[in-house]
Amino acid sequence: MDFKKIFRMNDKLYVGLAGLATDVQTLDQLLRFRMGLYELREEREMSPQVFTNMLSNLLYEKRFGPYFAEPIIAGLDENEKPYLATMDLIGAISKTKDFVVAGTAEGNMYGMCETLWKPDMDEEELFETIAQALLASVDRDALSGWGGVVHIITKKGVITRELKGRQD
Amino acid sequence: MNDRYISKNLKLYELSNDGLKLSTHAQANFCRGELAKALRKGPYQVNVILGGYDAKVPTGGSLYVMDYLGSCAKVNYGAQGYASNFCLSIMDRDWEEGLTEEQAVKIVEHCIRELQMRFLINQSNFIIKVIDKDGLRTLKFGADPADN
Repeated sequence: MDFKKIFRMNDKLYVGLAGLATDVQTLDQLLRFRMGLYELREEREMSPQVFTNMLSNLLYEKRFGPYFAEPIIAGLDENEKPYLATMDLIGAISKTKDFVVAGTAEGNMYGMCETLWKPDMDEEELFETIAQALLASVDRDALSGWGGVVHIITKKGVITRELKGRQD
Repeated sequence: MNDRYISKNLKLYELSNDGLKLSTHAQANFCRGELAKALRKGPYQVNVILGGYDAKVPTGGSLYVMDYLGSCAKVNYGAQGYASNFCLSIMDRDWEEGLTEEQAVKIVEHCIRELQMRFLINQSNFIIKVIDKDGLRTLKFGADPADN
C-alpha cells in the first residue's frame, strides 16, 4: 500500500480522508485524539452520528483556513445498521442510504456507484461491487490509481482486502 | 536551520525524559508535526528524508520521506529534490526485499553515476552515509579526497 487514507476509529467506524496528504494525516491524528478523550470521559464508544458531527465541527472551526480534506464516514450505528456520511472541506454533512464518494475521481465514482449499486447486497457481492466501481473510476482519472483498499464492515467484524489494478 | 531545530528538540526530549531516546518512527512523526504546524504560520521550505536504526524494528533500519507541507510516508527507498527524478527511477528498478549493505551501496552508486551522466549540475563528489546498529558511518564517492 502506498498511502494510507482509510483509518479505523473502532471496529464499527472507519473514516476515509481524501485530499491534501498532510491534512489527511493531521486529521487522522486529531480524530484519534478526540475519540480517545470522548471515550475516557463518557466511558462508552462514540457512535458514527456523534463522530460525524464532531468532525463537521472540527472542520468548520477552520472555516477561513480549512483542512483540504474531504472525509467519508462509514460504520454501523447503535442498531447495527449501516451508516454512511460525507462532508465537504468545511464540514457540510451529507448523509445517504446508498453510497458516498470523495476524491479526485469522485465524478467517475458517482457514475459507477449509481449504475452498480443495489440495496441489500451481502458481503461478497458488496466487495465485488466496490472493487469494480473503484478500479473503473480510477482508471479514467490521471491523478488516481496504483491500487485500492476495500474494507467490508459487518456485525461480525471487518474484512480488509487490497486491490491491484493498472499500474499506470 | 530546520535540521538543528529538530535534532536539538530530540535531544531535549532525551534530557527531559531520563535518557529515553525516541524511535525513528517517533522522530519522523515529531518532524512531520513541526512541518504541519509551521505550514499555516510560516512554512519551512524543506523536504526531509529521515532514516534510522532501531533494534526493535524487524529489519533494523527504517526510512521516512516528508515534504514541506508535512506529509510523511514510510518507504523502502526515497529521494528529494531535482535529483529524485533520476534516483527514484533507478531505485524503482534496482531495489528488492532483503538487500545487503553492499548491494544497497551499489544502488546508491548507480544513482550517483546516473546523475553525473544526465543531471545538468556537474558534481564529482558525493557523500554517502550508512546507518546501522553501530551508528553512523561516512562513505565517499568522488575524486577529491579533501572533500569531506
